[in-house]
Amino acid sequence: MVGIPSRHRSLFLLTGVVLLQVVLLAVQIRKVDSPDGSRSRLIRVWSVSAVSPVERSGAWGIGKIRDAWRHYFALSDTARANEDLRRENGQLKLEIMQLQSKSAEADRLAELLNFKQKQAKVPMVVARVIGSSADANSAVIYLDQGLREGIHKNMGVITPEGVVGKVIESFRDTCQVLLLTDRDSGVGAMISNSRIQSPVGGLGEPLLTMKYVGNDDEVNVGDRVVTSGMDRIFPKDLPVGTISQVKPGSPFKQIRVRPSANIEKLEEVIVLLTTDPLALKPGAPLNGNAAVVPSVSGQPVSRLTNTKPAEKHP
Amino acid sequence: MNDTFDLRISESHIEVHKFHGGTILLSMIFALMLQAFLPVYIPKANILDLPLLITIYFGLSRRNPSTGLLLGTCIGLLQDSLSKTPLGLFGIAKTVIGYLASSIGARLDTEHPLARFALTFSFFAVHQGIVVLVQKLLLAQPQAWFTMRLGISCLVNSILGVFLYYFLDRFRKS
Repeated sequence: MVGIPSRHRSLFLLTGVVLLQVVLLAVQIRKVDSPDGSRSRLIRVWSVSAVSPVERSGAWGIGKIRDAWRHYFALSDTARANEDLRRENGQLKLEIMQLQSKSAEADRLAELLNFKQKQAKVPMVVARVIGSSADANSAVIYLDQGLREGIHKNMGVITPEGVVGKVIESFRDTCQVLLLTDRDSGVGAMISNSRIQSPVGGLGEPLLTMKYVGNDDEVNVGDRVVTSGMDRIFPKDLPVGTISQVKPGSPFKQIRVRPSANIEKLEEVIVLLTTDPLALKPGAPLNGNAAVVPSVSGQPVSRLTNTKPAEKHP
Repeated sequence: MNDTFDLRISESHIEVHKFHGGTILLSMIFALMLQAFLPVYIPKANILDLPLLITIYFGLSRRNPSTGLLLGTCIGLLQDSLSKTPLGLFGIAKTVIGYLASSIGARLDTEHPLARFALTFSFFAVHQGIVVLVQKLLLAQPQAWFTMRLGISCLVNSILGVFLYYFLDRFRKS
């Protein structure tokens, strides 16, 4: 009792005696503390209950400190790893872009191949777009095929979606194509439903115009326009476009046609290797719904040629 | 014994009673024996808590908290050892009662029967409260805080205490 004020001595004694008896109770008592009915001594339950919050707090604190150290201080390796990951990520993005490009190219070529297989009797050659006009006012492209593949002036150029234009110049290994959207371009066409015939030409803008349709003729927005075959360049019933706007005019209606072919983003096209009238095989419309064929990625486009040209034009 | 001496000075009108040798020990043993064996023959006697009455009486009489709590501890642990309760249940309760009785006895005149009745009644209630508290908190044994039987027991023990204290007064040293 040394060091304890005499007036509090009994109070300390009371506390000590009660605590001793509490411990005594704990040592004796077994308590059910688990779902399987196992029993453990109460003093162990109390000890665990008393210690576990401290342990939990300690573990929480140490965890926070460790996380803080790892996330805010020990970052030398992280920075290096981050740089490596950024570099690797860039490479992977580049690879993905290349693969996507190749995949798209494969799809396009597969579509062309499928079209050519369906039109096996039509002499045609697939060519890649390698350039465009230096003049912004003229819609001209250059292809990587020319006289050596039998391409001559006035041959039709199409895609599986529709008419693209016609060859206006052919050289040894290249040719120049006037797109349908050019002001000087034109194709013999007719409205698919009503069979009203009228040439379709370019305006120097994305939309085409159907020139000579009378005001009395019934024309509706959404009508499909196809080739008529009267220009002796394109076979009959090739898709040209869809009527997007109809206005009364004098003396003819003002009709705008949205081209079926994606003329602004051409990469591969088909050159029809004849200027004679052609008849496409029924049931093989150029609507882009061609069945997918095995990948042709990597195969030279010229290998897709159906036939060698049977005729040579001067 | 300095506490007692100090208390005597500060509460000079409170008289500290001493008993003939062996009185406390014999009373304690006798109470425990009666508590253990009386219910065997008189079942209703189990509402009595003679060890508690002994604790209260000697605590009030000796008026020394240390002595009172140690006496309560001994009586309580012996009572626990004679019953099926874990050692310490009554020990804790009677330790606290011994301390409270000694502390209050040093400040109040506890000779009047009515005061003794009231104090015994209060201590009995506190004792039961501590027992229930220990059972609930430490032993996870749910118990009711108050029952009619407990109320009757409290009343009976308080009345008995008045007579018992009067009897034990005879063993005081003059």
